Amino acid sequence: MMKQQAIRFDGVGIDFALAKGNVYQALAPVDLAVADHEFVAIVGPTGCGKSTLLNVAAGLMRPSSGAVSVFGRPLSGRNAEAGYLFQQDALMPWKSALDNVAVGLLAAGMPRDDARARATDWLARVGLAAFAERYPHLLSGGQRKRVALAQVLIRDPKILLMDEPFGPLDAQTRVIMGDLLLDLWAADRKAVLFVTHDLDEAIALADRVVVLSAGPAARVVGDFPIPLERPREIADIRDNAGFHALHREIWRTLRLEVQQAYAQGAA
Amino acid sequence: MNRPLIVVLQVAVLLGGLLAWHLAVTTGIIGSPKQLQFFFSTPQQVLLRTWTDLAGSRLWGHIGVTLTETLLSFLIGSLGGIGMGFWFARKPTMAAVFDIYIKALNALPRVVLAPIFALWFGLGIWSKVALGFTLVFFIVFFNVYQGVREVSPVILANARMLGLGERQLVRHVYWPAALSWMFSSLHTSVGFALVGAVVGEYLGASAGLGYKIHEAEGVFDVTGVFSGMLILMMVVIAIDFLVGLAERRLLHWRPKVATE
Repeated sequence: MMKQQAIRFDGVGIDFALAKGNVYQALAPVDLAVADHEFVAIVGPTGCGKSTLLNVAAGLMRPSSGAVSVFGRPLSGRNAEAGYLFQQDALMPWKSALDNVAVGLLAAGMPRDDARARATDWLARVGLAAFAERYPHLLSGGQRKRVALAQVLIRDPKILLMDEPFGPLDAQTRVIMGDLLLDLWAADRKAVLFVTHDLDEAIALADRVVVLSAGPAARVVGDFPIPLERPREIADIRDNAGFHALHREIWRTLRLEVQQAYAQGAA
Repeated sequence: MNRPLIVVLQVAVLLGGLLAWHLAVTTGIIGSPKQLQFFFSTPQQVLLRTWTDLAGSRLWGHIGVTLTETLLSFLIGSLGGIGMGFWFARKPTMAAVFDIYIKALNALPRVVLAPIFALWFGLGIWSKVALGFTLVFFIVFFNVYQGVREVSPVILANARMLGLGERQLVRHVYWPAALSWMFSSLHTSVGFALVGAVVGEYLGASAGLGYKIHEAEGVFDVTGVFSGMLILMMVVIAIDFLVGLAERRLLHWRPKVATE
């Protein structure tokens, strides 16, 4: 039996209107599906439209052509099944870590005390039990990401959209955050669409790595299953012989696109 | 920076200024002391007058009136500014239509309104509250308007993805953002409320610090004028201190701005 598809892009294309009636085609029609419980990473050169694809999946942006369906139903408006972890800081600076985590539950109508109790629990799960009353500006970049992760996961979304979530962090923190993510993900294996420019990170985390071409008119140029066994430890997985073979294979495709993006002056 | 040293230097500046004033009007090095004292009074006289006034009860009545006017114009002006700023920020069409009128009204020097307000609201406190209102309202309005419109798009997108509807966005995102802008202009708006009250009293009243200064000017009582100004300054510094305390409580989630 075929696995149920959590998100499916059917010929999704994105055009941006430029000045003087010109049109910039960011994404050529893309067909892509993420199965339920599948962890898919999208890699591609800077400016290829990876984040745009995520915004479409989240329902924050309407595609210029094609359609998105979520668990078989066409998506219109915000994607209520999805949690979105942004690249930038998106915490509310006027709320403490605890209140930031609890806000999604309050929005869903949960009584305040219950919401705070569950938020306390989630902060402990991301290792921030002692920081509940801190405001975001008093947390480190890694700690803010943990709060953001708890903020998204507490609502128990069926789909997780992540836009280079660990991009701004230093290398060691990224490894730790990756392990934390895999750990939390292993509990119920949500469908994940994870955008990154870091191929190592993509291979270490995902079940499948999808390569987008350089823009304009970015398209899918490669789709690689990652048959590395789980559970994985990100620091160790780089010693794995299979990891190197996969990295070489995918990099052969990705490199051409990165070079092309550089040639166009994207970086 | 060395805090005690700063305080010592501040006191030294004050004493130096008073000493210079004293020497200038008593020693005759720049002219006849008698004449100079008529125009500039002396530090001793001003301090003595201030002290006797503060010891009596009449002055406190004036201070009370001025503070009442300040507080009322601050409260009413803030409420109006918040309401209107919020409304306009959420309804761009309204903002586009009224933009030019808001700017035109704000460009008006408030002093010209004082006689009109005295005519409409009488010589009591309400004409001063109205004058203060016209100053406070625009400061709060512009700040709240900008605060609501400039909420970070990422924070908004995140809040939407967390399932917040329009009303919840107002409560959890727009409102705190607007308030933080309003509080950050608290020193300015409270200061302007006081300016409105004093200018209003100065132009026509029967009580208040502005009235007291005006009264002293009417009889060429320079000592009285300076003493009134000194008391006004003390009131302003006291209010500013209280506003600073309130600000620290209300904006505790903000990163401390490095001041030193």
